[in-house]
Amino acid sequence: MISVMGIILTGWKKPQLKDLSAIRSSSAIPVAGKYRAIDFALSNMVNSGITNVGVITQFSFRSLMDHLGSGKEWDLDRKRDGLFIFPPSMGNDDSGWYKGSADALYNNLTFLKRSDEKYVVIVQGNSVYKMDFEKMLEFHMENKADVTIAYRKMDDFTKDELSQLGIIKTDENQRVTDLQEKPLNPETNLGSMGIYFLERELLISLIEKCVAHGNYDFVKDILIRKLETMKVYGYKFEGYWRNISTVRGYYKCNMELLKPDLIYELFLREGKVYTKVKDETPAKYNQEAEVSNSIVADGCIIEGKVINSVLFRGVTVNKDVVIKDSIIMQDSVIEEGTYLEYAILDKNVRITGGKNLKGDSNWPIIIGKNGFV
Amino acid sequence: MKKEIMALLLAGGQGSRLGVLTKKIAKPAVLYGGKYRIIDFSLSNCINSGIDNVGVLTQYRPQKLNSHIGIGKPWDMDRITGGVTVLSPYMTEDAGQWYLGTANAIFHNIDYIDKVSPKYVIILSGDHIYKMDYSKMIGFHKGKQADATISVIGVPLHEACRYGIMNTDNEDRIFEFEEKPAQPKNTLASMGVYVFSWKILREYLINDDQDKASVHDFGKNIIPKMLNDGKSMWAYRFDGYWRDVGTIQSYWESNMDLVKRVPEFNLYDPDWKIYTPNPVKPAHYVAPEGRIKTSIVAEGCMIYGEVNNSVLFPGVYVSSGAVIKDSIVMSNSFIGRNSIIDKAIISESVVCGDNVKIGIGENIANEKRPDLYNCGITVIGEKASLPDNLQVGKNVVIEVGINQNNYCSFVVESGQSVLKGEECE
Repeated sequence: MISVMGIILTGWKKPQLKDLSAIRSSSAIPVAGKYRAIDFALSNMVNSGITNVGVITQFSFRSLMDHLGSGKEWDLDRKRDGLFIFPPSMGNDDSGWYKGSADALYNNLTFLKRSDEKYVVIVQGNSVYKMDFEKMLEFHMENKADVTIAYRKMDDFTKDELSQLGIIKTDENQRVTDLQEKPLNPETNLGSMGIYFLERELLISLIEKCVAHGNYDFVKDILIRKLETMKVYGYKFEGYWRNISTVRGYYKCNMELLKPDLIYELFLREGKVYTKVKDETPAKYNQEAEVSNSIVADGCIIEGKVINSVLFRGVTVNKDVVIKDSIIMQDSVIEEGTYLEYAILDKNVRITGGKNLKGDSNWPIIIGKNGFV
Repeated sequence: MKKEIMALLLAGGQGSRLGVLTKKIAKPAVLYGGKYRIIDFSLSNCINSGIDNVGVLTQYRPQKLNSHIGIGKPWDMDRITGGVTVLSPYMTEDAGQWYLGTANAIFHNIDYIDKVSPKYVIILSGDHIYKMDYSKMIGFHKGKQADATISVIGVPLHEACRYGIMNTDNEDRIFEFEEKPAQPKNTLASMGVYVFSWKILREYLINDDQDKASVHDFGKNIIPKMLNDGKSMWAYRFDGYWRDVGTIQSYWESNMDLVKRVPEFNLYDPDWKIYTPNPVKPAHYVAPEGRIKTSIVAEGCMIYGEVNNSVLFPGVYVSSGAVIKDSIVMSNSFIGRNSIIDKAIISESVVCGDNVKIGIGENIANEKRPDLYNCGITVIGEKASLPDNLQVGKNVVIEVGINQNNYCSFVVESGQSVLKGEECE
């Protein structure tokens, strides 16, 4: 077992996710038919042998807490270590909401101090990827780095999407020479994945100093300021990676997961992805069902046509329904004769018969949780 | 809290009429319905009826059952008091023996039951597919102040000779029990679900153990003895879906019942869920060229071919051009390109090559076991491997773990078997 503890940051408000994150943290957003975004970070940790994991939550964390429970689905209900959830708590000094990532860590410094692992990996809870943190640790040790940042050549990102990320520059030795947070005009397409590796003791001292100076952000106030004085290295990741922070990005990510190569990379090869179980019975296809290029979870009952779409657990598709290029979340019901195209239906939506709802590939229509149309 | 009721689940039988399906596992561990094992139905019925204290008695090849049940987590039976306990035969100071019969199995666990000291025990079999609220039956037992209550189901008169038949008066009090009668007087068949008042059953079990002539079986010894003694015994009528799935044909038919538009047996009922350990697999994928109709498909499947009127368990891969019809394909099996599978049961982790055809030719019963394989269904054992271009007829059995070298020819005619260590002519 490797001596690494994990911290998952579940992010700040994501106004660009609109209705999808109104009721939940972006880390709790449902993806790929049965998962929530945070399953990927958690499963990567467990698959890399990390069993001491803290999840720091801030906004709308109820559904996230419900999803994580005791951590048993990830084998993290342990006597030693396991899963710890840290929602913000109101202290005597009226602190409360975390003012930034460093402040969030500062408020939970006891967790860091009480742990005895040598290293900490800090990751984001809203990213979809499969990564072996052990390899990143090897890289970190080989370079005797103070901090290692995972980055990826974001060839498949538009300029707009790039400017939502931290953009880095590296020298020929993979040392990070520049890091810009969400630049309007990104100078490279090397995007930070928000994954940081460093020694636990170093993290504690950096956080303490940062907060003592009245600063609160791990990237802006620590990493960027210390690029010259600390040895910060970039670890190049070659696999698939998406972070979910906009509706468009969310839609795109789900549609990309209809590619079998990606299904293999993320779910079937080198480590499984764990999630909360629902005890649904397998999906049932009736005589009229016509499903192609789609992923379908347990508990669905299908009598209509489904093309290029993602159906979550327990979705009912009645006769003469056409669902195209859409994402239908858990327990939604689409009644007879309805046509859906470029639509995202949140959980438990009911679309009554004969409706015609059509969005655009860049602007899918969203029906909020428990919606009735 | 003292438990009023505990359940004892008999899961030691082989189910030998299921042939190659129960070669390596006990009948209650056989997969069913795209996700479950047969025992899941009784276990889920228990927890859904509010019974959280269950002893599972195992004997024949219990490994799969042991790991399946574990500490009972999927059924919410990982409890501080009660919960599920696997009871296997054990050694004592002077001797040790296998369970000699259903009653003997319970007899050997009297200590276990006494520790809980329930007022009633319900004896179940892990062999059947049904959803039943046992708490109603126990209510009936209490209402009648019965010593024993046996749940019964109406069967067609011509089939009654295959069951244990209860002859009752017009208030459903049992006055006679006939095991597989040649001339049935009644159509109420025992479902193998018994409620006993523990004090009385305990006494009968101890006496039965002393009886040298007894075969220590509930149906053959305990029930007739109690009737003889004039105990208060009642038939509790059940009228839902109940299947024994004890033969290849009835097993296949019951699975096929599930794919009907509105199945008689509904697994989608949120108020009566059937629980089982969940496989860790992604939602299944249907490729642009994939086609699925009238079927049940579990998670982790990758469908590039055509699936019709079939049940697919988790992690089945159907290559492009392949056609699966009227078949059951169990977990993690692979079907190669352009293979045609017609009316077959394919066990777990089978690898079927390209251009394989199963289910062709005439319906000739299996030469070696015509009693098991005679209804046109070909059965492939666990981890068997089928080479490219293999042609397989009807009522064929391919043994567990057969590899490419075990075949004498690329044509296996209807009624033939492919067994290990057979000499080719």
